[in-house]
Amino acid sequence: MAFKELELNMGPQHPSTHGVLRLKLAVDNEVVLSIEPIIGYLHRGMEKLWENLTYPQIVPLTDRLDYLAAVSNNLAYVLAVEKLMDLEIPKRAQYIRVILAELQRLASHLAAVGFMANDIGAMSVLLYCFQIREGILDIFENYTGGRLTVHGMRIGGVPFDLDEKVTAMIRKTLAGIPEKIRDIEGLLNENRIWKHRTKGIGLISPEDALARGLTGPALRATGVAWDIRKNIPYCSYEDFDFDVPVLKGGDVYDRYIVRMEEMRQSMRIIEQALEKLPPGIFRATVPHSLKIPVGEVFFTIEAPKGELGFYIKSNGTDKPERVKMKSPSFINLQSLELMCKGNLFSDVVGILGSLDIVLGEIDK
Amino acid sequence: MLDGLAEFPRLLRVYDFLTGKFGGSILGSSFEKKELAIKMKREDLLPVLATLRHELGFNALADVIGLDNLRSAGDGGARFSLLYQLYEFPGFARLRIVVDVAEGEEVDSVTSVYKSANWAEREIFDLLGIRFAGHPDLRRIYMPEDFEGHPLRKDFPLEGKPDGV
Amino acid sequence: MTAQTLLFELLIPVAKIIAVILYPMIMVIVMIWLERRVVAWIQGRVGPNRVGFQGILQPTADALKLFFKEDIIQREADAFLFNISPHLVMFSSLLAFCFVPLGESFRIGGYTLNLWVASSPVGLLLVLGLSAVGVFGIIFGGWASNSKYPLMGALRSVVQVLSYEIPIGLTVLTVVFFSRSIDLVEIVNHQQHGKIWFGFMLPVSFIVFWISGIAETNRAPFDLPEAESELVAGYHTEYSGMKFAYFYIAEYTHMVLVSSLVVILFFGGWLPPFPNARFFSFLHWIPGFVWYLIKIMFFLYVYVWIRATLPRYRFDALIKLAWKWFVPLSMANFFVVVALKYLL
Repeated sequence: MAFKELELNMGPQHPSTHGVLRLKLAVDNEVVLSIEPIIGYLHRGMEKLWENLTYPQIVPLTDRLDYLAAVSNNLAYVLAVEKLMDLEIPKRAQYIRVILAELQRLASHLAAVGFMANDIGAMSVLLYCFQIREGILDIFENYTGGRLTVHGMRIGGVPFDLDEKVTAMIRKTLAGIPEKIRDIEGLLNENRIWKHRTKGIGLISPEDALARGLTGPALRATGVAWDIRKNIPYCSYEDFDFDVPVLKGGDVYDRYIVRMEEMRQSMRIIEQALEKLPPGIFRATVPHSLKIPVGEVFFTIEAPKGELGFYIKSNGTDKPERVKMKSPSFINLQSLELMCKGNLFSDVVGILGSLDIVLGEIDK
Repeated sequence: MLDGLAEFPRLLRVYDFLTGKFGGSILGSSFEKKELAIKMKREDLLPVLATLRHELGFNALADVIGLDNLRSAGDGGARFSLLYQLYEFPGFARLRIVVDVAEGEEVDSVTSVYKSANWAEREIFDLLGIRFAGHPDLRRIYMPEDFEGHPLRKDFPLEGKPDGV
Repeated sequence: MTAQTLLFELLIPVAKIIAVILYPMIMVIVMIWLERRVVAWIQGRVGPNRVGFQGILQPTADALKLFFKEDIIQREADAFLFNISPHLVMFSSLLAFCFVPLGESFRIGGYTLNLWVASSPVGLLLVLGLSAVGVFGIIFGGWASNSKYPLMGALRSVVQVLSYEIPIGLTVLTVVFFSRSIDLVEIVNHQQHGKIWFGFMLPVSFIVFWISGIAETNRAPFDLPEAESELVAGYHTEYSGMKFAYFYIAEYTHMVLVSSLVVILFFGGWLPPFPNARFFSFLHWIPGFVWYLIKIMFFLYVYVWIRATLPRYRFDALIKLAWKWFVPLSMANFFVVVALKYLL
């Protein structure tokens, strides 16, 4: 067996590929020469299916795209439909949407950081992150009944009002999170082994990142200040005061720090939204059988994984002519090869974890 | 003159530049819901996108979207349309370039200008069957390699073909 | 043959041999339970607590499950080496236990019962040498599996073990320098007569030895060659059923062996704390081997604690740590210790 150039396969079933992803690697004495992701194992034909469903029927299916951040998918889709319809959403509904979306961002980043830490060997961090995430999933469960596939948006607003119980739960959960995040950071941020495994690994320059369409925390970790919530605000995000963490390193460590900081900022937004929650209705009136006149729209939001967008073309009936989802992980995964080149193959799992991909939205 | 474009000076400048430089290639444009869409000839796609990237600063391609117009186009309309969603950083102006493709025609791949188009074009090839000339690695991305047919076409049954993979 | 000869020459040694096989096995069972519960507690979970009282029968359940699994050998695997390597790994650790003293000897009637199977004047050397023989089992296992990943994992394990042998040897030298003997019993005795234990006298040696010991046993944070989430799953990938159980047991046995060595070399073996202070003489009521067990359990707990807390070292960093840090450090430590001994 010669060890000059070795072709290795991280098959569709693997503890660390975050879903059914196949990676074909060519390795030279442990240094990665090329890496090719092979996807399609979770392709469910969602876009074809959507052409045969009515607009409201599509909303719960969008949960299943990025299944770790269901509410973000819902939000992107309903905002796109509402833009197509030119529908005005009541302020209260917009604020509740922001609360749900930011809670979902917290949950998604916790899962991302947890899995990345687990792959690099710090198993306990995964469980600490998931303990916090359990609190958030309990909130969702009390709100709509779903923990993972939340279906937390409707065309026109949100399904339910935020009652006392849910608001109290949110406040209580949020009160307990900062300390736990500090615990996790205490375990990892200055940990020598962690820094050794993550600093300088998976580097990408801002020019390369933009050229390859990278979005989300990975892009902000390279120094590009791109956050759609700030740059092209939607859904009343302009009413809130929050920062967007941008770091310059472009490596796995910086992506981890960006996610931790974004968690803090999400908590800030939720607190402000709860404070300023205006009275009013939580859902605009939308005809039961929704027909949208001919038109097209391309709308994107800042989902936890990056820029999530929907292109919808309507044809006057109650079913869309074409729905295309722009998934952040699909585009982010294309940068994997550039990030892994020249690194050791033990680092591939760390880099993949820091990219935070979900096969559900890659494969649709 | 498109309604409302004057309120978006950046987009207005882009529009004027493009109509000035590629006047003959532009087949139509629209500005609805604050989204500027310019339809152009298939052959001039690559030079237009190269200009947009290098001279007008649209440095990110968000997505390439393929449409099957089988049911919506009247007679004489092309079977497929390709939509290129572009935007620029910083500034965040957005632009859509639309190109019509008939059945069996090839389109130039834009991977030489925008690297993020690579998998998006593969997806369109896989699901709609449009070939891209000059693509570095044009093969199916979702369906198995030996699959026959292009599932997202309107004439492909929703339930799949009985003897398909 | 008199009854006395029979007893002293045959039965008691045989009993001791059985004990020295059982002792690591029992420790392994305890370790498996300890690992799963302690890691769970650190992670905020409960761990297995259904099988038996608080889950103490869980290791038995695991062993039974492995026992009933199908024993798979690939067609192209080298059958002889494939079969022999788990045994090699396990028996080298077990054999090393023959020389490890578990407590002080005590008199029953006219007979002195030694709590060790054999006492050799070069006991320490034998123990270190025998545990190193286990490396052969790793190489054979990786090679005989006839598959890329186990071979790479095996090679990495071997490099790791060999690299960390050197700091172990050098730090042990400092201990030997003071005890003037490499008989393990003598080393413990030496820590009794009005001296402080070597762990406190030679802290650098202790730390380097302990960390190298963790690396020797392929445990976290040095467990890259066998970690599940890495590409290469280690030399025991292709093993199933009882053979895999052997590797598993062998790893824990090796851990117990390393902990025993740490306790004997650096923390007084079976001596109670403050063995010479009259104020603490009541501690002598607790027999020696109980102290020994308490100390070993502490170090085994630290093994588990570290595993649940720290991320994994990447392989090149692992080896760099050994060669760039530990080898120079232990050499410098040796010279400093020698210099200090002669100056003071």
